[in-house]
Amino acid sequence: MKELLSGNEAIARGAYECGVRFAAGYPGTPSTEIMESFAKYKDAYAEWSPNEKVAMEVGIGAAVAGSKAMVVMKHVGVNVAADPLFTVSYTGTNSALVIVTADDPSLHSSQNEQDNRNYAKFAKIPMIEPSSSQEAKDYIKLAFEISRKFDTPVFLRTTTRLSHSKSVVEIEEPSAVEEDKTQITPDARKYVMVPVNARARRIEVEKRLDLLRNFAEEFSENRIEWNSTDSGIISAGMAYNYAKDVFPDFSYLKLGMVYPLPEKMIREFAARVKKLYIVEELDPFIEEQVKAMGIHAIGKEVFPVTNEFDPGIVERAITGMAVRQDALPAMDIPPRPPNLCPGCPHRGLFYVLGRLKVFVAGDIGCYTLSYMEPLAGLHSCICMGASIGMAHGMSKALKEKGRGKVVGVIGDSTFVHSGITSLLNTAYNKSDAVIVICDNRTTAMTGMQDHPATGWTLKGEKTKKLDFSVLASALGIDSVRILDPGNIRETRTILKEELLKEGPSVVISSGPCILLNARKPAAGKRLVVDPQKCTGCRLCLGLGCPPISWRKFQQEPELPAGGGRRKQEGVAYIDPTLCVGCTLCRQICSAGAIIEEE
Amino acid sequence: MGYNTKSILLAGVGGQGILRASDIICMALMASGYDVKKSEVHGMAQRGGCVTSHVRYGEKVYSPISKKGEVDILLSFEKLETLRYLDFLQPGGTVIINNEEIYPPSVNLGQVSYPENVFEIVNRYFPEVKVVNAADIASKVGDFRTANTVMIGALSRYLEVGIVIWERILNKVFSEKLLKANVEAFHLGRSA
Repeated sequence: MKELLSGNEAIARGAYECGVRFAAGYPGTPSTEIMESFAKYKDAYAEWSPNEKVAMEVGIGAAVAGSKAMVVMKHVGVNVAADPLFTVSYTGTNSALVIVTADDPSLHSSQNEQDNRNYAKFAKIPMIEPSSSQEAKDYIKLAFEISRKFDTPVFLRTTTRLSHSKSVVEIEEPSAVEEDKTQITPDARKYVMVPVNARARRIEVEKRLDLLRNFAEEFSENRIEWNSTDSGIISAGMAYNYAKDVFPDFSYLKLGMVYPLPEKMIREFAARVKKLYIVEELDPFIEEQVKAMGIHAIGKEVFPVTNEFDPGIVERAITGMAVRQDALPAMDIPPRPPNLCPGCPHRGLFYVLGRLKVFVAGDIGCYTLSYMEPLAGLHSCICMGASIGMAHGMSKALKEKGRGKVVGVIGDSTFVHSGITSLLNTAYNKSDAVIVICDNRTTAMTGMQDHPATGWTLKGEKTKKLDFSVLASALGIDSVRILDPGNIRETRTILKEELLKEGPSVVISSGPCILLNARKPAAGKRLVVDPQKCTGCRLCLGLGCPPISWRKFQQEPELPAGGGRRKQEGVAYIDPTLCVGCTLCRQICSAGAIIEEE
Repeated sequence: MGYNTKSILLAGVGGQGILRASDIICMALMASGYDVKKSEVHGMAQRGGCVTSHVRYGEKVYSPISKKGEVDILLSFEKLETLRYLDFLQPGGTVIINNEEIYPPSVNLGQVSYPENVFEIVNRYFPEVKVVNAADIASKVGDFRTANTVMIGALSRYLEVGIVIWERILNKVFSEKLLKANVEAFHLGRSA
């Protein structure tokens, strides 16, 4: 049976078909749907771990106990998981362990554009890279085979374009459920990585890499497609498709395994083509290795190092066409950046923060968008969990100058991911920063995933619910306050009070994500602007709320509208199809011009 | 050169049902015997930003995204977004535009004005323009959420996919409760 599957859905399906029943991960675009799809299989165990390092360790434990295990994360998640990663390369995996890394060329939804193929070489772990959904399903199975055969963790790399594109996949019946082979088998020399044991395993890692280099020469997914030998392309993953699309007559060495490389095969291919191109997005990862073999090839001399490719980029690089001849003249089109939703609980909080004259060390989540005008309520974003550590560091460095001036803001899921230890640090090292946890009860930006503070698991079971207030107190924070970000006055008052206090404090900004209750009727009645009362002061536009716009008068109004003291140029307008009645605009309107509909 | 691959580009604003629409289009093309690939990028907050979805079909499709100057049909769900992606169209390509304006933040804030002559600009470069009042048709059907199905109906006139296949796919995709309105929206879009 054929189905149209995304790369992510295909990875989950492939894992299930080949008997994998254990997976752990942390949500992150573009990887999230792999775990969500996998969790739907009733007889599979799947968990959202608090962060990627935990997920990796959970996967290692499961594999050592004899279970095939898959761990799933976005590219920067591997940074978080890097510590166990580098050493599980030494211990090996007993059963099979596959790490799915979802890279994000073009930074569609990420803070950096790192090329995680480098991790394969760095940690001495093989990596395979599919180029379509069908390959995604096939390759995840191959990854588990390689892992078991060579006693090594294996990377499967996907990119946003593969994860989030859909193509036709042949669905197969899952293989018969394997008998339960899990058991406890202590093997201290293999799993206790103290120096004396690790030194011995270090040698095994190099031996394994040699075996894998030989394996790469025979690996069915490293294949040569002979066409004209005037030009040859070495490529892998999505880039292969772009090249095939525009240069169907070239010869190809299509690499299914991007580390280690099949050197003999590459030499054979290079010897037979007159001109050799290496087509790869981001770093010259294959190119540097090929050139180190002493082979002449054209790579980043003509191809960009940044951003993802498309067929046009590959075509222009190889043909040398600078720009399209038939391109339309440039048009001045207003940008349409993503925005916080109407009714978003972050809006009230960041409206207040943006007007408090404080430095707001931000974090990763929807609320990061609050850095933009007009809210302008967030001033840094480095990585998951960075807000609290940065706020503490700033407050210590600024000393007295930083009194009441430094705030760290972090979302609920991000706080659980990597904020707890740094909050402990603010108490331990006597910080003076105010830490705000924006608790919207979900991992919103990646599409509503549960976490330890929602009280639900990925499998939809009810579980223990982390209490942020109790946790903060236990970590040594004396002042813990809860506020409603839907109430601007309360938000401002509580934040000001906490900024005045000496020592660290925690403020929990508590309001559920508006999309969590999307199916329920809106909490409030929709609001409209009374054009007779509106003075045209534009204060409400400062909320950056999508339904609120500014309508310039088409002609001079006959009567001075709203008793405006100065010459009024227009009025505010609220789009009734978008307003959810959160009332923030009514709270800040000094003219009382915003009223309930009807 | 190549594989006689055809390309459709859907463009609009988050929340307009574009990804759902492109799923339905792909299923219909697949059921008609084509190899199909589609691609979109999502993430980074849920609503309000630009959304595009590339759909490519033919005997054998490699790239799930089109290069600029290659797209056969631009199916635009919002007037302004038509302009943003116009240079993806090949000369002589078809433009189907939903007659709807959704203001981006800079327009809402009164910093720039919303372009007034979108149809005229599009028509300057592409003679084949079809304007659809999807919101009006959807409200006639009684469910404003069927606007994206109206757009699929409008597109269906330009594709070699039998009406039986379209109806079969709509049947498969929509629950019983929503089916009638969506089938009606599809047909009204098709004859619009």
